[in-house]
Amino acid sequence: MASVNAASETGPAAGDAVLSARNVTKTYGSTHALKGVNFDIHRGKVTTLFGENGAGKSTLMKILSGVVTPTSGEIDLDGRRVSFASTVEARDNGISIIHQELSLAPNLSVRDNIFLGRELRRPSGIDFAEEARQTKLLMEELEEEIDPMIPVEELRLGQQQIVEIARALSVDARILIMDEPTSALSAAEVGVLFKVIRDLTSRGVSIVYISHHLEEALEITDYAVVLRDGAITATAEAKDIDLQWIVHHMVGDHYDRGSPPTGYAFGDVVLSANDICVADTARSGGLVVDHLSLDVRAGEIVCIYGLMGAGRTELLEAIAGRVPMVAGQVLLNGTPLVGLSIAGRIAKGLVLVPENRQRDGLVQTMSVGENLSLASIGAFVRRMLTSRPRERALIDEAIRNVHIKTAGGTAAVGSLSGGNQQKVVIGKMLATYPKAILLDEPSRGIDIGAKAEVFRLLSERAAQGLAVVYSTSEVQECLSIAHRIVVMSKGRISAEFGPGVAKEDIMAASGEAVIG
Amino acid sequence: MTQTTLLTKRSSLGSRAGDFDIARILLEGRAFFALIAIIIVFSLLSPYYFSFANFLTMASHVAIFGILAVGMLLVILNGGIDLSVGSTLGLCGVIAGFLMQGVSFPALGYTLYPPVWVVVVLTCAMGGFVGLINGVLVARFKVPAFVATLGVMYVARGVALLITNGLTYNSLGGRPELGNTGFNWLGFNRLLDVPIGVVVLVVVALIGNLALTRTAFGRWLYASGGNERAAELSGVPVKPVQITVYVLSGICAAIAGLILSSQLTSAGPTAGVTYELTAIAAVVIGGAALTGGRGTVRGTLLGAFVIGFLSDGLVIIGISSYWQTVFTGAVIVLAVLLNAVQYRRRPAKLTTPPPGHPTLMPKAG
Repeated sequence: MASVNAASETGPAAGDAVLSARNVTKTYGSTHALKGVNFDIHRGKVTTLFGENGAGKSTLMKILSGVVTPTSGEIDLDGRRVSFASTVEARDNGISIIHQELSLAPNLSVRDNIFLGRELRRPSGIDFAEEARQTKLLMEELEEEIDPMIPVEELRLGQQQIVEIARALSVDARILIMDEPTSALSAAEVGVLFKVIRDLTSRGVSIVYISHHLEEALEITDYAVVLRDGAITATAEAKDIDLQWIVHHMVGDHYDRGSPPTGYAFGDVVLSANDICVADTARSGGLVVDHLSLDVRAGEIVCIYGLMGAGRTELLEAIAGRVPMVAGQVLLNGTPLVGLSIAGRIAKGLVLVPENRQRDGLVQTMSVGENLSLASIGAFVRRMLTSRPRERALIDEAIRNVHIKTAGGTAAVGSLSGGNQQKVVIGKMLATYPKAILLDEPSRGIDIGAKAEVFRLLSERAAQGLAVVYSTSEVQECLSIAHRIVVMSKGRISAEFGPGVAKEDIMAASGEAVIG
Repeated sequence: MTQTTLLTKRSSLGSRAGDFDIARILLEGRAFFALIAIIIVFSLLSPYYFSFANFLTMASHVAIFGILAVGMLLVILNGGIDLSVGSTLGLCGVIAGFLMQGVSFPALGYTLYPPVWVVVVLTCAMGGFVGLINGVLVARFKVPAFVATLGVMYVARGVALLITNGLTYNSLGGRPELGNTGFNWLGFNRLLDVPIGVVVLVVVALIGNLALTRTAFGRWLYASGGNERAAELSGVPVKPVQITVYVLSGICAAIAGLILSSQLTSAGPTAGVTYELTAIAAVVIGGAALTGGRGTVRGTLLGAFVIGFLSDGLVIIGISSYWQTVFTGAVIVLAVLLNAVQYRRRPAKLTTPPPGHPTLMPKAG
């Protein structure tokens, strides 16, 4: 690590800021992902970034690693103003990132993955022997018995994570950003990783650590920085803080995101899921949803809270008919929905708003209006042909009902802000006049104003008798409009709460943090 | 800060509005302007080019490719590709020729001579059946469209060769005493001076356009081509739609095969070789995206006319057929380039502004 010591003649002390970002902002269309963030990475220390989904952690890390460029603001590396146009530039400056989603080529060997894009060359071609030797050294350093020649797809997920770390180390990274590095690791592997992290920091490497497992992160970190809604809310040294401090600053208690609609009695059970089992595609024989049962009454709003991998998405998709169930039964108004396709379930009155609106929700090649009317084409077809006046009436009504800010039904759907795009997806499903609606993370990637509007919309519909189920990974959102909070952990319901529950209890039930 | 942002936005949009619009019109109507340019250039180069009679002759050449291209458009809108249409065209022509010779049943000592309308219906059914095989392979067995239709392309061609043993049916006229005359009507007759082939093209295009713009099927097709997952979650029957487009493409190939063999007064097993590529080219020149979800019948027809009028024009002014191939290829590449420009334009509005100009955030919509 000669480069670290050569960086400054005065010889920087551990703990100094090796990189400091000043007033960094990032806007996507009308969404402000980061609002003037000041962030320091401490030399030879672990700095952990805490924050809920959508708080802006990923955006900040993408800026530091050159994946995206900031809208405004400065970044100083060793007191030198820098701006990275690409990840390659960031890597050349000693900044490496390990993404949450692994970015390995599964068909290539460990060696080839580690040297992908910067193969060691000599006149006769690639120096495979030297690459293999270095790979072996890296693996020894990481205390992993992985053959450099084995294809990555044959490794366990935890080992793949190790390969990813080895790749980041192999470029002599001075700053290593780890985004949820432990999410796929076993406890023993986490222990190895932490040992590696300590080893790295003692050699002067600075680590930025991001994790939803708060306790784990608190164990390894030296500094804690909390991000909320695109702004930093607190910074402290790890020795001065505890879990409650983190949760408090992460979640905050300043935002009123509505309260459960009241003043009416719930109707009969509309949606009844009994003993649902869904197979885990990642491990054979495993269940990602494990004998789960849930009843929702007309007018009731149920929130499903859980960490990533708790099985929320799989549960909702199984109920909607998107993924097959191993066992179990879904009833709508007492009628089993056996063998019904997604279209059949929509016709019966059960609809799903998917988690990823770009991938599963919107048809980008179609207009706002065509997207809105897509699920209810039957309503305006007469004698085989669509009726334009009827369709326009339906679209106008949908735009009004869900308050979409758009130039009109003919606007391109890509021209809308994230929040309005989400309202298009919700409005499309509401236009089918469902009896029960499932929403998978409806607030994902939309700003706080749009979140409030989405929730207000749902509570209005619930008051009219719609059964609403939404999932979230943000505690604050459980405590908004839900009449009942169901916490999922490892495919099962681990707890059920009423609207008055404490955030800490929800987080504890999800396995996120046990606060004594 | 907010005020300056707004002002910058407005002025930047205002100053560029004028020339931007012209570029946009040229870009979006490129197939149309290309066709106009081709007509003007060839009319100047040859006195024979600009005449009603010549346009009708050229149009009847275009008809074959145009009908294939409308079917191909449906498949491409779905995000697929149909390489088998040329072979299907050949096979269907052979089937028609075979039926026109009479179907003999040696066991009964009897030969059946179906009337022409029955021949037409059976041939179209054959085309639809070939398309059904494509569709089932792609939709149910998840074979990539390119590979599935490539295989079917070979099989259909092989079957056509087997049926005729490599020979060509030369007598398609039928005989009055058998009641099966009239096959040549498709290729030679005219309705109000317009060749029947062109009339059929117009009918196919009108039906195709109506289906795409005004029926639930059309909406489903655009949706599942644009985003299959989103379409499925919205209740669109994506698999049946996928199968249907290949069936329709096969039927279009059968119709084209009937017209071609009628025009040639013969049905050969090698008819229509590489026609699928011309059809794809017409669809692409017409502005459709090979990724699916974007394209119109109008554009596809313009694309077919661009190719047809260009190659016939080159023949009329006496340019070697080798050069024709070069020109056609260049037009296709240019068209795809312009498609890329057009479809990149929209998402570009949402990308990040250049560093150093934070206030120049491009306004979406």
